[in-house]
Amino acid sequence: MAEAILEVRDLVKHFPVRVGVLFKRTVGHVKAVDGVSFELRRGETLGIVGESGCGKSTLAQVLMRLEPPTSGTASFEGKDMFALRGAELRRLRRNVQIVLQDPYTSLNPRMTVGDIIGEPFEIHPEVAPKGSREGEVRELLNVVGLNPEHINRYPHQFSGGQRQRIGIARALALRPKVIICDEPVSALDVSIQAQVMNLLGELQRDLGLSYVFIAHDLSVVRHLSDRVAVMYLGKVVEIGTEEEIYGQPSHPYTQALLSAVPVPDPLLRGRREVIRLAGDVPSPVDPPSGCRFRTRCWKAQDVCAEEEPELITRVAGHPSACHFAEAHVVVGAERENS
Amino acid sequence: MSTVYDGERGEFVAGEEQATAPLLEVEDLRVEFRTNDGVAKVLNGVSYHVNAGETLAVLGESGSGKSVTAQTVMGILDTPPAVVLGGHVRFHGEDLLAARPTRRMEVRGAGIAMIFQDALSALNPVFTVGFQIAEQLRVRRGLTKAEARKGAIDLLDLVRIPHAGQRFRSYPHEFSGGMRQRAMIAMSLALDPELLIADEPTTALDVTVQAQIMDLLRDIQRERDMGLILITHDLGVVAEVADRIAVMYAGRIVEQADVYSLFRTPAHPYTEALLQSLPRLDLKGQELKAIKGLPPSLAHIPSGCPFHPRCPRVAARCSQEVPAYRRVADGRFSACHFAEELIPRG
Repeated sequence: MAEAILEVRDLVKHFPVRVGVLFKRTVGHVKAVDGVSFELRRGETLGIVGESGCGKSTLAQVLMRLEPPTSGTASFEGKDMFALRGAELRRLRRNVQIVLQDPYTSLNPRMTVGDIIGEPFEIHPEVAPKGSREGEVRELLNVVGLNPEHINRYPHQFSGGQRQRIGIARALALRPKVIICDEPVSALDVSIQAQVMNLLGELQRDLGLSYVFIAHDLSVVRHLSDRVAVMYLGKVVEIGTEEEIYGQPSHPYTQALLSAVPVPDPLLRGRREVIRLAGDVPSPVDPPSGCRFRTRCWKAQDVCAEEEPELITRVAGHPSACHFAEAHVVVGAERENS
Repeated sequence: MSTVYDGERGEFVAGEEQATAPLLEVEDLRVEFRTNDGVAKVLNGVSYHVNAGETLAVLGESGSGKSVTAQTVMGILDTPPAVVLGGHVRFHGEDLLAARPTRRMEVRGAGIAMIFQDALSALNPVFTVGFQIAEQLRVRRGLTKAEARKGAIDLLDLVRIPHAGQRFRSYPHEFSGGMRQRAMIAMSLALDPELLIADEPTTALDVTVQAQIMDLLRDIQRERDMGLILITHDLGVVAEVADRIAVMYAGRIVEQADVYSLFRTPAHPYTEALLQSLPRLDLKGQELKAIKGLPPSLAHIPSGCPFHPRCPRVAARCSQEVPAYRRVADGRFSACHFAEELIPRG
């Protein structure tokens, strides 16, 4: 097993909810990330799945140090990420980069592609001295499958998939060790999505990158991930290898999530197990007591409201935060006859 | 229901009951957008039909023309910049494109209704949800305020919004994404339409909510024997709910078939490539077979078959001859020169 390159412990990020015009007072907190722990090993992809509002993007922002954490620790190669200052922090930023979801708003429309991809070198001149920058940018364009001749074009001259490649080239510029991919393919058309996913896979193999791959699409996550964490309302409810999560999910939420994904095979129609959750995700300002999933869970008992289930291994060889965790095959368990 | 191509009439007709017209029939629809930057040929001869109680999925990527077709059917296309060059939209055999505006207005809502992807921007933020549903009942059905209110609450109840009586007074921003989509479905059902066009109804929703909404749409459709046109890019959703599928590419229908045949043996290389490019939840991934290149710009559609620059099966004639959209098997249509070779005989 490879060593951990990124270790996150009990990470918490609360956003205050303020009311009032002149005298602002805090009336509560959005508990976006509420005690998340995981480790990312060198060269692997950790997928993070969850629905909107589960805190997966906030997690990405905190790990990028774009938002300060409320509490908790994260260490990159053994160094406390949140304690770093000055030159050390700059070095960390070199090593951890991000690819954002929306290729339309994450690129400055007034900058040429060459300037966008080359901008990281302004802040980190040690990576590429001034004279070599254009060559570096051309090389990066080549690596992500774009024409190096297009270095002087503007973002609007590219399609969505090409823009996402530009975003990836920018993330690669400083030769990082970890890339946090925040929904990198969800804005793309199906035929383009596969191109970008293949590119991410190739880059990982060639450059030995580690990915934190955040997405809501469970098929996409399965395709790229070695291990997967499932988030619900700011917490990891289940974590394990890709086989464990998809083959033997033991948390009811994971099971429901997997069963809700439509499978592109009409022959399975009516033959797949369907678990339908009632209602919507509760507000992260005032999450349910005990287990946060209990309000939508069909297994909920009194204990679920009183006692928060720990994320520990109870069954199926991987941790799951459910008092009544039991492995249950959802995907690929089609009934023979219907 | 099986459909056959009637060569003499040059249109699709129902197999057994050729006498009755389909609920909706779109024939050879041609639309272009004229802008200062040039002319975009958005629809280049689109034909499909839907029968009562049937679900037709219109599948395509962004810019393929699937939404513009629906907007033309509804008569809500912005003209200009859009110009309808030709074609027919027949509802119960009546050509809506030739109908007077007042007649079109009658059909809209009561005959054909539509729901949209982004429910938040489709609802008016300054009126309550209940008011917006009741408004149709008052204006179109002439109901009194109290009657309309009762009707709207019944509709909210029908789409499974809890505490409909209280929710009647809520504003759109007080609803969650799933509830807004339910409210919009309620609004679309207010005048008992015979056909519902759902334009990416679940794309903006989370997967567990998406499943709820698709279940709701299917149940309502069954109860009312309503025709449903489901516009989507999601092959998974299509596989679960559609009876027939029309695949669009660059403003054309490139393939049309029943859902089982299309997934088993696609009769167009684009459909085949789309199916192969999908990551599957139930299959551990290897390299995905991505489709090379980009969808064409509608201002510069490639000569011959518009898919030929990206097609793995491309041959010399593909760049020169536009392949005819034709019947290639029972109930199956394709616009590929080699469609007959793609599907097994018999």
